[in-house]
Amino acid sequence: MHDAPSNSELLEGVKHFLDTVAMQQLSGHAAFHARVASNALATVLRDLKHRPAADATARARLVHLLGAPSTASLEDLNKALCQGLRTGRLGLETPGLLMHLKMTAIDQVSVDQPNYSGLETARQAPK
Amino acid sequence: METSDQIEKALSEWAASALHKKAAIAGLKRLSGGASQETWSFDVSNGQSSRGLILRRAPGGAGSVTGSASVGLATEAKLLGIVRRHGVPVPEVLGVSKPGTTLGNAFIMERVAGETIGRKILRDPEYAYARGQLTAQCGEALARIHAVPHSELPPMPEIDALAQIEKYETTYRNFDLPRPVFELALAWLKANPPKPREAVLVHGDFRLGNIIVAQNGLASVLDWELCHLGDPREDISWLCTNSWRFGQSQKRVGGFGDLEALLDAYAAAGGARFSTAEIDWWEILGSLKWGVMCMMMYGAFKTGADPSIERAAIGRRVSETEIDLINLFEKVSAHA
Repeated sequence: MHDAPSNSELLEGVKHFLDTVAMQQLSGHAAFHARVASNALATVLRDLKHRPAADATARARLVHLLGAPSTASLEDLNKALCQGLRTGRLGLETPGLLMHLKMTAIDQVSVDQPNYSGLETARQAPK
Repeated sequence: METSDQIEKALSEWAASALHKKAAIAGLKRLSGGASQETWSFDVSNGQSSRGLILRRAPGGAGSVTGSASVGLATEAKLLGIVRRHGVPVPEVLGVSKPGTTLGNAFIMERVAGETIGRKILRDPEYAYARGQLTAQCGEALARIHAVPHSELPPMPEIDALAQIEKYETTYRNFDLPRPVFELALAWLKANPPKPREAVLVHGDFRLGNIIVAQNGLASVLDWELCHLGDPREDISWLCTNSWRFGQSQKRVGGFGDLEALLDAYAAAGGARFSTAEIDWWEILGSLKWGVMCMMMYGAFKTGADPSIERAAIGRRVSETEIDLINLFEKVSAHA
């Protein structure tokens, strides 16, 4: 399949239209929703760019943390992590656990809400 | 759904019988915000002077909002009168309307001048003096709310810490969208519960956005629909939850104040002297709660109940509360 323009390029085009054309002609609630829509496209663009690397490193951390087979999927590893936390087998005192959650949260918020104040706090905290 | 004209006519009739026989209504407009309630602003004049009022009304005047934790407008109106007598700054209620009338389930209160938008209160130079007063004023208002004798209160649910954890855990599990940080928070909160305090009147949503701030500081406490009997530390820590600091994270109290100052003011006004460590536990619960609430709003999109992009996008704010929880856990681990 062709990839020119790519998904990202098409989204950038739609975002450009929303920002420079649609938003200027809208007012009130519709203008607000156009801005939310533009921000959502920006999130998708960041997600497309950063998710593969973020997921790969998260998977590697979890394989190590849980002692799981290196072929395990990220979805299964996260389910196992949730189960371990829920039963108390894993917790705040588990070495590497909080750091894994922190790295994952930093990657996620960098995509979802890169200007959120808590992201800066997390980056500044001593590692 | 009643039209603006029908509401204006009903308000004119109310004003003529309740305020002044020559009272006239002007400038009726629906204010934005408040998904669970309609808010209308209008002016009433008697020919010589004019007064700004607010109509707070269930959507379409309906009897009650199903599936909501709201105590209902009749209880809210009654409560405003009670806490006002105890010195809490709230709008004066001038009339209550019953289901079955044109206005339906609604009440009318005075319109208090000031700002509710968090970012403006924290940023605009005209609120610089107010920001300096706000921490002590919030501490005092919270102490007064929490001191209202139970015998004076209308019936309302009692919701303690563990009941809240259970409620939000059930909601979270029903989504079947596993989030490890929430699992950690749920398990940690349950394993480290604070010693319970005697139940008091809790506002339930005391934060920037729900208070009116004027140039002298706190002018009015609004939005009492989530009030209940519960732990006083719930209100204090909700005001501190990073989601309500609107970017000013370094000021733990609402983005404008320091926690020790708030706790001192609260104690000076007759409240207990809580420790900052106690507030940590409740702030963790606060971030978890807001995270699950964001999931619920996204849930309305997912089920098709509300297909707006706004509801979809809020699902990508759940991670804000995850990073806040991580920051809080780093702090409590460092102190352990």
